Amino acid sequence: MSANLIAFRALVRKDVAIFLRDRRALVVSVLTPIVVAAFFGFLFGGAGGRDSVSRMPVGVTDLDDSALSKAVVESLVHDQSLATELLPEGRAHELVKTGKLRAAVVIPAGFGATVPGALLGRADKPSVKLFYDPSQSIVRSVFAGIITQHVMQEVTRPFSSGNGMSIPFTLASEAVSTGPRYNGYAHSFAGMSVQFILFMGIDAGVALLLMRETGMWRRLRAAPLSRAMLLGSRVAATTLIAMLILTVVYAVAIFVFGVRIAGSFAGFAMIALAFAVLAATTGLMIAAVGGSVAATRGVATFSILILVMLGGAWVPAFLFPEWLQSASKILPTRWAVDGFDAMTWRGLPLQTAFTPVAVLLAWSVLFALIAISRFDWEGD
Amino acid sequence: MQLVAERLQKNYGPITAVADVSFAAAPGEVLGLLGPNGAGKSTTISMLAGLMRPDGGRVLIDGISLGTGADPTKRRLGLVTQEIALIDELPARMNLEFFGGLYGLAGRPLADRIAAALELTSLADRAADSPKEFSGGMRRRLNIACALLHEPQILLLDEPTVGVDPQSRNAIFDTIELLAGEGRTMVYTTHYMEEVERLCDRVVIIDHGRVLADDTLAGLLASAPVANTLTLKYDLSPDGAALQEIRNLPGVIRVDLAGPELSVAATDLGTAAPRVLERLAARGFSCQELTSRRANLEDVFLALTGRTLRDT
Repeated sequence: MSANLIAFRALVRKDVAIFLRDRRALVVSVLTPIVVAAFFGFLFGGAGGRDSVSRMPVGVTDLDDSALSKAVVESLVHDQSLATELLPEGRAHELVKTGKLRAAVVIPAGFGATVPGALLGRADKPSVKLFYDPSQSIVRSVFAGIITQHVMQEVTRPFSSGNGMSIPFTLASEAVSTGPRYNGYAHSFAGMSVQFILFMGIDAGVALLLMRETGMWRRLRAAPLSRAMLLGSRVAATTLIAMLILTVVYAVAIFVFGVRIAGSFAGFAMIALAFAVLAATTGLMIAAVGGSVAATRGVATFSILILVMLGGAWVPAFLFPEWLQSASKILPTRWAVDGFDAMTWRGLPLQTAFTPVAVLLAWSVLFALIAISRFDWEGD
Repeated sequence: MQLVAERLQKNYGPITAVADVSFAAAPGEVLGLLGPNGAGKSTTISMLAGLMRPDGGRVLIDGISLGTGADPTKRRLGLVTQEIALIDELPARMNLEFFGGLYGLAGRPLADRIAAALELTSLADRAADSPKEFSGGMRRRLNIACALLHEPQILLLDEPTVGVDPQSRNAIFDTIELLAGEGRTMVYTTHYMEEVERLCDRVVIIDHGRVLADDTLAGLLASAPVANTLTLKYDLSPDGAALQEIRNLPGVIRVDLAGPELSVAATDLGTAAPRVLERLAARGFSCQELTSRRANLEDVFLALTGRTLRDT
């Protein structure tokens, strides 16, 4: 083995050994993304193993107590999309206010007597109160539609052979992806891996700044090592550490949370590698442009949080406004998250990995060039 | 192996850190490099170690010009930095493996040299421990061991004893003397006069980026404008006429009076002391107490730079 190769190996091995012996780094880099991804994944639908749709908790108050109102209440109770609770008006109002119920409907007194006439335009329409949680305003429209459906069905029942007016079609729902089944954990593990590996990249950059403060950088430069060797070995070490983290995090995602690489495994590996290189060059750039350790860590952490937020690591980018979905496509984090999604739950083929890989590597080259041009080689 | 600094210059923008520094260190010689803060000492060491390229002049190692980066000539140099550059997360042995690896050492040769370096620095029984468990002196010794693995023929030691206990300091001195005895060339910077007096064969004093003096310790004391000092205490302060007579004596450089205490600086204490006592006695002044002090490196440094060694 040549002297240069031995030196390169020593530099890389040193960084990896330090990482593996630093329990704090291990916890932050490996355990934290798993815990946070598990939490977000659970919120966004978990492993998607249930065929039934989750029910919306609602309340209903019957002030009329007529045959029609009782029939409507009974119909709401049996609706598969609702978890209906019969309550006094004040209690219903309180539970909606505190967020325990999404919405509640109050059937007024005289409802049963006036609704059939109102349907034919012979009486005034009764006023039905609907309480809803303003943080989930879409519930108002959904619940209003469901109530209308049930009232119409019960009001028209005497006129239509006892069955009442019903929706004149059936709805066959299908979750569409080329993957086996949507898994909420797949996206959250992609997002959190991206976030925490970029944090690790910051740590790698800060470590280089610390090396200047402790005299280690002087010692390294006293050895017969080229600049390419010194910086290249750091990129290699950080890339290797990032790949280790990704391997462990995705192993847990697969074996514990049921995430599947339903697309191309090679594509997944390519995206992982390209992203690991991106994290490494991000760290290098931070070391090149950074000032004091504390200030650099603060600014870098803030920047990374913005990048991962806009990259769709916290919530899927399709929930963004249209303009933001387009604008965020410039960010490498967006391509990384979308790339991991594509290779896992979307189940897309190898060729769809090429563009994310190209974009991630292009950003890596840019970061590396900035680092090389701004690096203070002679400073301690 | 000879180390030559030849008219070294280095500027940081408009500031000249090193204006013109030249000296040479021969094999087996320990050269003390002294200078106040901001004198250009650290920049000079950086150029000697191949950490930075001089703006003018060059560093020669056995006649070969030293470069920066991957220049293989750097293999002949070892640098012991003022900061303790160790990896606290890794055991002492892994630290040594790392620094040996930087110079292309691996396998059996590396293991042998690690064993030798640990033995030399008396750390063989602590090889498996982390440096953060070490005392300051042990950390300094490990810092030196890391610089010795590739067996450099020239060793640059930048204040290698800062913050260590006397026992460890002596152990470091022994190591340095042993290495010098093996014929290695050493450049040593320190703020401790006694270290220079014990270790250094020759002293180079720099200030404002220039060499002010380059000689053996004895040569510096003989040639520099410094004096031995005679301090005399009298019941009555000598008068102006008496002081003038003392000033006119041959070999007397300076006379200062502070109350009843008279301080006489002279080139040769043996000649000056009896004459001073005799003249003052003749004028009726009776000496109650007499002390003398020989000039030392501290005085030379003060005379040349205007500052004391420890103030730097």
